[in-house]
This record gives sequence, C-alpha cells and structure tokens, in this order.
Amino acid sequence: MSQAVTDTAAVDLGRERGRVLRQLARNPLGLVGGGLLLVVVLVAIFAPLLAPYSPTTVHFDAPFQRPFTVGYALGTDDLGRDVLSRLIYGTRASLLVGLLSVLLAVVVGTPLGLVAGYWRGCDAVVSRLTDLTLAFPFLIIAVGLAAITGASLTNAAIALGIAQVPTMIRVVRAETLRHKELEFVLAARSLDASGPRILAQHILPNAASAIIVQATVVMPVAVIGEALLSFLGLGIQPPTPSLGIMLADAQQYIFRAPTAAVFPGVTIAVICLAFNLFGDALRDALDPNAQR
Amino acid sequence: MARYLLVRLLQSLVTLVLASMVVFAGVRALPGDPARALAGEDADPAAVAAIRARLGLDDPLPVQYLKFVGNLLHGDLGTSVRTGQPVIDLIKATLPVTLWLSLFAVLIAVVVGIGAGTAAAVWRGRWPEWVANLAALVGLSVPSFWLGILAILYLAVGLHWFPASGYVPLTDDPLRGIYYLVMPAAVLGTALAAVVMRQTRASMIATLTTDYVRTARAKGLPRSKVLTGFALRNSMIVVVTIVGLQLGGLISGAVVTERIFGLPGFGKLTLDSVFTRDYPVIEAVVLVVTVAYIVINLVVDLVYSLINPRIRVGGRTS
Repeated sequence: MSQAVTDTAAVDLGRERGRVLRQLARNPLGLVGGGLLLVVVLVAIFAPLLAPYSPTTVHFDAPFQRPFTVGYALGTDDLGRDVLSRLIYGTRASLLVGLLSVLLAVVVGTPLGLVAGYWRGCDAVVSRLTDLTLAFPFLIIAVGLAAITGASLTNAAIALGIAQVPTMIRVVRAETLRHKELEFVLAARSLDASGPRILAQHILPNAASAIIVQATVVMPVAVIGEALLSFLGLGIQPPTPSLGIMLADAQQYIFRAPTAAVFPGVTIAVICLAFNLFGDALRDALDPNAQR
Repeated sequence: MARYLLVRLLQSLVTLVLASMVVFAGVRALPGDPARALAGEDADPAAVAAIRARLGLDDPLPVQYLKFVGNLLHGDLGTSVRTGQPVIDLIKATLPVTLWLSLFAVLIAVVVGIGAGTAAAVWRGRWPEWVANLAALVGLSVPSFWLGILAILYLAVGLHWFPASGYVPLTDDPLRGIYYLVMPAAVLGTALAAVVMRQTRASMIATLTTDYVRTARAKGLPRSKVLTGFALRNSMIVVVTIVGLQLGGLISGAVVTERIFGLPGFGKLTLDSVFTRDYPVIEAVVLVVTVAYIVINLVVDLVYSLINPRIRVGGRTS
C-alpha cells in the first residue's frame, strides 16, 4: 500500500496529466458530461450574443405565449418576457454562484485543511471550527446573511460556499495526513525545509486532484442551492433572471401555463448532470486505485 | 469506549456553546430595531424606549447573552415579537410537522436506496445496475423543489392521486396524515435515496468480493444468507453515516418542501420569522436546528461505534 502511494506521489506530473486525459477520453459517460459542460459554459459566457431578447424586456402584448410560437422559441412568461432568454441568463447566474462558492470553499478550506493535517495543535482548533460550521445547514446560514445584509447573489454564494468549507477542509486534511509521513516529505524535512514550504511545494500539488474532484462535487450542489435560495426569495432578487425565481413564478401560475415549470427545472438538471457525470469520470481518472 | 463517549460528549458541548454565541452575535448584527418594529413606524421615542427596556435591549451584550443562556436553560425562548406568543409554543406547534416529514423522507430514502443499491450490486453489469445508476444520477441532478412542483402538477392536479397541499396531524388521524405526507416526503427523500443507493452499491460490491464471503459461499452458505448476513450488515454502517451527514441538507430541503406543499411546519416558521425580523423566533429557530443537528450527529457517531465495534473509520483499504 505505502509503496504504491509513494510511486503515485513520485509520478512525473506531465506524464500523469497525459494518463488522466487518456483515461477521461475512454469514459463515454465522462465525455457526455464534458460535452454538456462545454455547452453550458459557452452558453453562460456568450449569453448576450445567444439570447434573442433581453431577459428583462417586458412584452405586455404577448404574455403566456406557448412554447414553439414564432418569435418566442420557448414561449413567454406572465409579463411576456422571453423564456429562452431568461433561461440563458439564468444559466449564467447559476454558474456564477456555483463558481463563487467553489472558490470560497477552496480558498478557505485548502489552507485550513493543510494546517490541520500537518500540525496536531492546529487540528483541534480547526476541528472545532468545522464542527461549528457543520452545525449550521446552508439554508440557516443563508437565512442569517439575508437577514443581516439582505438577500443577494453574493450572499447566496457566500452561504453555499461556507457550507462547503468543512468538507473541503476534511478532504485536504486527509490528503495531508496521507502524504506527510511519506519518504519525499520526510526527505524534505530532513533537508530543513520549513513547514509552510513543505505544505506548499510538496503536499499541496499532491492534494490538488482531490481538491479538483471535490470542487466538481460542490458545483452541482451550489447550482441547486442557488435555485433553492432564489426560489425562497433568499438569493438573487428579481428582475435579475434566475432559474429558481423562474420556478417560483411558474408555481404562481401553474394552472395557466403548466409548461413554464418544466424548462427551468430541466435546465438545472442538465447543468447538474453535466457536472456530476464529468466529476465522476474525473474522480475515476484521477484515482490511481481505479486503474484497470 | 467510555473515554470515547466522554470526549465526543465534551466536543459536542463545546460546539453547542460556540454555536449559541454565533447565533446570539448574528442576531444582534441584524439591521433594524425590533423595538421600533414592534412600536410601529410613527411611535413616539418614549414608547420605543419603554419597549427597549422591557425587552432588555439596553443591557450590555455579555449581560444579554448570559440572560439569554439562563432563560434557555429554563426552557424560556422568549416571546415572538410578531405574534406575542411564547416562542416555545410556536416551536411545539410546528416542529412535529417537520419531524414527521423528515422521518418519512429518511424512511423512504433508506428503503428505496438500500433496495436499489442491493439490486445494483447483486446484478452487477446487468440492467438493474444501469437503471439504479441512472436513477441515482437523475435523483442527484434534479432539484427536489422542482420535483415537488412537478408532483403537484401531475400527481395531484392531473391524476388526483394525492392532495396538492395541506397537513393532517398524525395523532388525529394516522392514515389521512400519512396520505398527506407521502408526496412531500418522497420529494424530500429523493436526493438522499440517490446517495444511499450509491453507497450501498459500492459497499456491497466491496463486501461481496472479500475472501471471507468467498469462503462462506464455498462452504455452502446460500447467496441470500450471505447477502443479509454479511453484505447488508456491513453496508448499514455506511448508510448510518451517510444519513447523519446528509441531515443538514435534509433540514434545508424540509424548509423548501414545506413551502411548496403548504405544510405548517418549522420551515415556514423559519422563513416567516426572517421576513418579519422576529428576533426571538429567528434566534430560537436557528438554535433548535443547531442543537438538533449536533445531537443527531452525536447519536449517529454512537450508533456507528455500536454497529462497528472496531470504531476504526476508513479502515478498509483495497
């Protein structure tokens, strides 16, 4: 076991990257996920070019247009706003919140995880901190932030990010514990390398794959979380389009236009499916134990 | 074992105290003056000052905190600024709804998840595994509240199988109560079922390929005995852990599920208190969730150490 880990740790990074890519290319579900992901990201980036209308432009003469009508590919909502345009901008908002919360989880969780794994004294403090954070479900954090500074996209991202920090800390801590007794780290220590230097140069690069995999796990959770918070009125505020707000609106006039609830939900599902499929494939590719 | 129990208890206690401080500080950081909110927009300053004094809002913060903890220990959670009712009564009225909802959700998730996970492990590489994997992937990718809206649209409004909203206390009429809860609980339990299925499948496959299972099979033990005796028992450890870890998500999910199905539960109380800046209720709601969460995690850990006498987390290496 320890021999295998040493070998993996010592593997040349360039060769490792080639292996991961080859492994990914051989996984059909991963390719589907990667393809979907590319489409979703491109849609979010080029939203202004792709959307036929502004997502907030109201067409009072054309409310509740059915899908597939001329001029409105997916119909319009109660105010005559183009559903397709709102979905495109909603995707952008979803990814933005997801990205911000992942960033927060990585930026806060990684150093704390490294420190907790490396120095026993820090471990106790960081553990209490993670326990404390875990005691608050993300919705309760969002409730608190919304009450203090008002509901917004940023607050939704912060709440979702904070909620993911403990898991990130645990992942990085476990990786640190696994690597710190290995020969190459012991060698660095015997050469009088300082703790921070060992963490940054030797342990962090080896923990990177675990961090990346965890980030792909966080993304779909954050996307669904954003929709949920916006649905409840604790996230993005109208008239800014959000998939969650579209669902909340759709529930209001569910009898009048039942299809309105379908498209935002499908969009959320596709985004999450893309991340889940790609994340699973990436985890399999990065995990040396899964090699066949 | 006794030492382990003691350490876990102390850790939980520390977390509890820290959490109460965070909640207290957080609520004080809220903008807006509850006394002014209570007195009304145009109230004269004297009336506002009187209310401030009555609510103890003029005391220094540490004094307010100690009073808050002291009252808490006496079961006094304060009075709702909005309704004038004792907060403890509001919680007593709403918490059972959420507990029943969560209980049924966990029950549905565990039964479906273990069933599907076992099927996927037993018929590995054949259609049951594909169906179960696909269902888990969809279950994880679909937001539960969207599922709720679709369920209302098709199962309640379209087919009239279930009521679209409403709640009947289970203590009044158990059958009707369950009938009203089935759809919300299934919606809330979907994501959990997906996670349980994946973990059960993985743990079962790991157990079924071990040497001791092969030995047992070679000695003539029937496949069904191996499954229930070894594989299922081992995967229970994983399931208990997963359910414990997912409880935070379940609590958040319950809030939105209650909103969609119009259940008069704890989630509704939470949202109402935030949107009306009802300080004492926000404080109590967050505390109750936090305490419940810490206690449940403690119980999960204890159950875990009971089923797995080794108490060695992550012991299995491939």
